[in-house]
Amino acid sequence: MALQDLCNFDGIFHESISTVRHVMASGKKKTCNYAAGVALSNSTSLFHFYIPVAEYLDESPIQFGQISTTQSLSRNPSQELFLSPSSLPASFPFAASQSVPLPFPMGHGTTTLAFMFQGGVLAAADTRSSCSGLVACPASQKVLPIHSHMVGTTSGTSADCALWKRILSRELRLYQLRHGRRLSTSGAAKLLSHMLHPFKGTELCVAATLCGWDGGELDDRCYDHRGSETDHSEDRETTKTPKANLETTVSAPSEKVSLSKTQSSSFIKQQCSKRKIRFSGPSLFYVCSDGTRLEGTLFSVGSGSPYAYSILDQGVRWGLTVEEATSIAREAVYRATHRDAYSGNFVDVYHVTSKGWTRRTREDLKEEYYREKERKKLERERQGTTLSE
Amino acid sequence: MAARYDRAITVFSPDGHLFQVEYAQEAVKKGSTAVGIRGKDIVVLGVEKKSVAKLQEERTVRKICALDEHVCMAFAGLTADARIVINRARVECQSHRLTVEDPVTVEYITRYIATLKQRYTQSNGRRPFGISALIVGFDYDGTPRLYQTDPSGTYHAWKANAIGRSAKTVREFLEKNYTEESIAGDNEAIKLAIKALLEVVQSGGKNIELAVIRRNQPLKILESKEIENLVAEIEKEKEEEAEKKKQKKST
Repeated sequence: MALQDLCNFDGIFHESISTVRHVMASGKKKTCNYAAGVALSNSTSLFHFYIPVAEYLDESPIQFGQISTTQSLSRNPSQELFLSPSSLPASFPFAASQSVPLPFPMGHGTTTLAFMFQGGVLAAADTRSSCSGLVACPASQKVLPIHSHMVGTTSGTSADCALWKRILSRELRLYQLRHGRRLSTSGAAKLLSHMLHPFKGTELCVAATLCGWDGGELDDRCYDHRGSETDHSEDRETTKTPKANLETTVSAPSEKVSLSKTQSSSFIKQQCSKRKIRFSGPSLFYVCSDGTRLEGTLFSVGSGSPYAYSILDQGVRWGLTVEEATSIAREAVYRATHRDAYSGNFVDVYHVTSKGWTRRTREDLKEEYYREKERKKLERERQGTTLSE
Repeated sequence: MAARYDRAITVFSPDGHLFQVEYAQEAVKKGSTAVGIRGKDIVVLGVEKKSVAKLQEERTVRKICALDEHVCMAFAGLTADARIVINRARVECQSHRLTVEDPVTVEYITRYIATLKQRYTQSNGRRPFGISALIVGFDYDGTPRLYQTDPSGTYHAWKANAIGRSAKTVREFLEKNYTEESIAGDNEAIKLAIKALLEVVQSGGKNIELAVIRRNQPLKILESKEIENLVAEIEKEKEEEAEKKKQKKST
């Protein structure tokens, strides 16, 4: 968001996307030439404002960006790859712009975080949109709902994130209509990652965490059982593996117990006894436009993430209550906004449970800062009086 | 009359038939019988094994094939066509796992196969696949499923069905004998499949091939010894039934 704008490619993408869509609608598959043509004609507008560093780098042997238009033509094979599962449509925007070397590796100017705990998934983010050193919007939305049971935090270029989130929502809705069930968060992360793959190496910048509750029958019962166990953060992984084990060649339930985590065995016993259980519960994935797709229990993305991580690593446990978790999330965003220039203004907190997502009222962190100052003043006064006595 | 409308697949006859598709269904009726039964915790597929020539290795032609760990299918009709369909279905199963991170449901893969078959009934220069398939398996929520597809690309879910030669006879037998108790246990379901096949297969257990999938377990092809044992049990039960009837008559 912030530093991206030094090499401002958002406009290019929107234009090339709309042109390509139009061409796709006319049924031609070999559109890369078209779109490349459009992008090239736009590339002169890249240098709207003077970037002293970039010109110098054009001559240097070190290239930060990679793509040339010839490569975009060869992107067709990868297109085939993810078009063959019949559920994906062909009307995707194609990456065909020529990129300019980045002057330096860019951080994403924001603080977003998400973590799983016994009460579901919590996602929080600040609301400052910055643009080459000024605050473009102090009240933007960085946590976007995707569907009733999934939200995604966005980081990177806000335009890209907003667009791809909406495309993801569309695809998930189509999947639900075609197959009669919601796609799991894991599948949605896979889908997003595949959709972003053709743009690898271009200036598209999306770093999102998908926080969702995977549906299925017997949600609460299934989940409460797991929630009452001890809070290892690795339990997410083991509760995934029983589902995988269902398909592998394990002949008797007793063999499954040989998994080292005790929690997984109790979960599996539950699965064997109740026939209709599908995997259901909270799910958290991090997807990045460079191709990363990670499953985890705690993620923080953005320029303020180191500060947020310090708070989160201290306090996040599986057994938190909803209030405790909310306060940790708020605290983490607050600390990050305090120190990071590109994060600030307000904090949004979303909570995803089996019943869907709920949103806390947006909170002004300025107030929080003053509250803390007051608290510290009171502390000092109290200490002062005790000392004097 | 039919001669004018059955050359190309893409031509309807005046009374609304696609003759090529119907001829494909005739080809299916020439294939060896296959029967599928959906039990409570088990799904069974049985096929009539064609007798092999003396010099031919027995196990090279398999009519029951696994599509994934939890889904398998049997077919009736042209073996070569079946090979193609099975290959495509297997690829689709893995593709689905890759993109969606979940194993296919039986209905999904059936729909895929049916869509594939339908595509071949609507394009130039290609003929329909000459096979009907019985697709069985368990969904990941544990429900057993049995589906049947035919060359026209339609598919239906069944509790028990048969395809191929004398399918009608077998289906009538199943309609009469498929009851809650007949599928109460795994063994009962298997025996029902064998009994259904014995109706139309000559020379007993040697010509029957049977495969089962139990919930959360991979496909298992029964060995000929097990089939022989089960056939022997069935024979014994039949005799006991006959004895009882005789006694009833005499008293």
